[in-house]
Amino acid sequence: MHSRVPGPLPMVVVLACVALGSIFIALLFGSFPVSAMQVFDSVFFPIPGIVHDVIWRLRLPRALAAFVCGGLLATSGVLLQVLLRNPLADPYILGVSGGAALGALCAMLLGAGLAGLNLAALAGALAAIAIVFMLSFQAGDWNLHRLLLTGVVLSSGFAALISLILVLAPQAQLKGMLFWLMGDLTHAGASTPAWVLLAVLLMVFVSWSRGLNVLALGAIKARALGVAAGGLQAAIYFGAALATVAAVLLGGSIGFVGLMVPHALRLFGIHDHRWLLPASALVGGSFVVLADTFARTVMSPQQLPVGVFTALIGVPVLLLLLSRRS
Amino acid sequence: MTKELLRAEKLVMAAGARTLCRNLDVAFEAGQLWGVLGCNGSGKTTLLHTLAGLAPAVSGRVIMGDRPLGAWSRRELACALGILLQHEEQAFWGSLADYVMLGRYARARSLLGPRAEDEQATADAIAAFELTAIATQPFSTLSGGERQRARLAQLWAQQPGLLLLDEPLQHLDLRHQLRTLKQVREAVQSTERAAVMVIHDLAYATRCDRILMLFGDGRHATGSAAELLQIDNLEALYGCRVRAFGNGADAHFMPVI
Repeated sequence: MHSRVPGPLPMVVVLACVALGSIFIALLFGSFPVSAMQVFDSVFFPIPGIVHDVIWRLRLPRALAAFVCGGLLATSGVLLQVLLRNPLADPYILGVSGGAALGALCAMLLGAGLAGLNLAALAGALAAIAIVFMLSFQAGDWNLHRLLLTGVVLSSGFAALISLILVLAPQAQLKGMLFWLMGDLTHAGASTPAWVLLAVLLMVFVSWSRGLNVLALGAIKARALGVAAGGLQAAIYFGAALATVAAVLLGGSIGFVGLMVPHALRLFGIHDHRWLLPASALVGGSFVVLADTFARTVMSPQQLPVGVFTALIGVPVLLLLLSRRS
Repeated sequence: MTKELLRAEKLVMAAGARTLCRNLDVAFEAGQLWGVLGCNGSGKTTLLHTLAGLAPAVSGRVIMGDRPLGAWSRRELACALGILLQHEEQAFWGSLADYVMLGRYARARSLLGPRAEDEQATADAIAAFELTAIATQPFSTLSGGERQRARLAQLWAQQPGLLLLDEPLQHLDLRHQLRTLKQVREAVQSTERAAVMVIHDLAYATRCDRILMLFGDGRHATGSAAELLQIDNLEALYGCRVRAFGNGADAHFMPVI
């Protein structure tokens, strides 16, 4: 029984190396040819010039935005799967992305700039979070079925409104809207706030990971074992919602990361949330960085929405893992 | 003087429109083993959940030590009082030992994993229910009886002063029924602890010190096992005819078929 302390630590170290490797690959590939040597030189001995600019001004910010996006989505997925005790839970199940998308599309329809668009997306997401919370958290207690149903029903409502906007929108704006809906990092802004959020969420929830492990057995059982389940559930809900909002603001609705990454890691035997949370953030981040590198190079200079590739890569990988383990 | 662990005052419990129990006053003192008897749906589980602070009472209050239950934090409460639930989630990802270790939640504070003390308490609890040989097996591969013993071991690892046991003997074979009762009795022998168990088997009810009967219509009765375990009480409780063989602690009750 003393073998628990090292646990899956080596695996997390390997995943951290994979994460660094994925960022290196993102720096290496693109429409401007750069050699591996030049990437090294540019990172460790920066000399002003076009290579330096491509790497430091274009590719690194984009890779960091992609990474934090994936990390936040995977973290949110882990948290919501604990909260809802439902394997189908993903960051978008509670209507957060629907609210954000509705806000963003309305802003695009009104011809708002990038700042206005982000503000509208944020407002839409926060409205969705508040509505779902108020409808499901009553008298200090959760009804998880009501929470799930409220989120799903609200998402359907947003989807209908989004379809309506797409039908009514002028042709010229349609492509931008579809890119936003499919998940696209082309217009990702500064990712520093998202990195801060990811770091804080990981620190908080890894330190509460024992509570998460107990809560996975159900709220009553968790209370019986000494967990203040109501407060923890509210913290999970808001933590997951904030992570989703931050990710959606950077990259639109990048699908499949939040659903797939935690499941894939569980299939590899990582269940304890102390390890599952950081491992998910690392894998989710690396995965989106690689998918985004692919999305912007495969038909270069044409850039494709990253969300298409997260699904195209993710679906066969998860199906393979599921069939291998059964 | 005996130490009072938990007291219910004027407790009223209901399930929907049905009043299960009216104005229940009862005090559980250290060293006592209580048996809770009643027919299906008479409120035995509701009572245990109310005493554990997991379900609100309609009115009345439950006092633990010097404070009402609501004034305790969940973590403090879990050190003083533990409950074996009748039903719980079947799925758990880890081994039996991982499952039992969750019982240490309220006592272990370290972020760096379990301390030697937690490992020891877990190992002792696993041994107490004869699970050592299968401690590393995945929880999902255990049989119904083994899972029940794992739940008991988890509660033993939690080490609460008051044990609330909802049908502790369900799924257990004869040997483990006896062993579990022996564990409960040993726990209660210490001067700081007591146990309240919901039980259907009258052969084991006669081994309790105190009995609480819930008649399901709001009426209830408390007293010593010898006082309450009488044919007329049992016939009223279960709604069937009962015959007794033997006397006192050796009495056996059988339904008249």
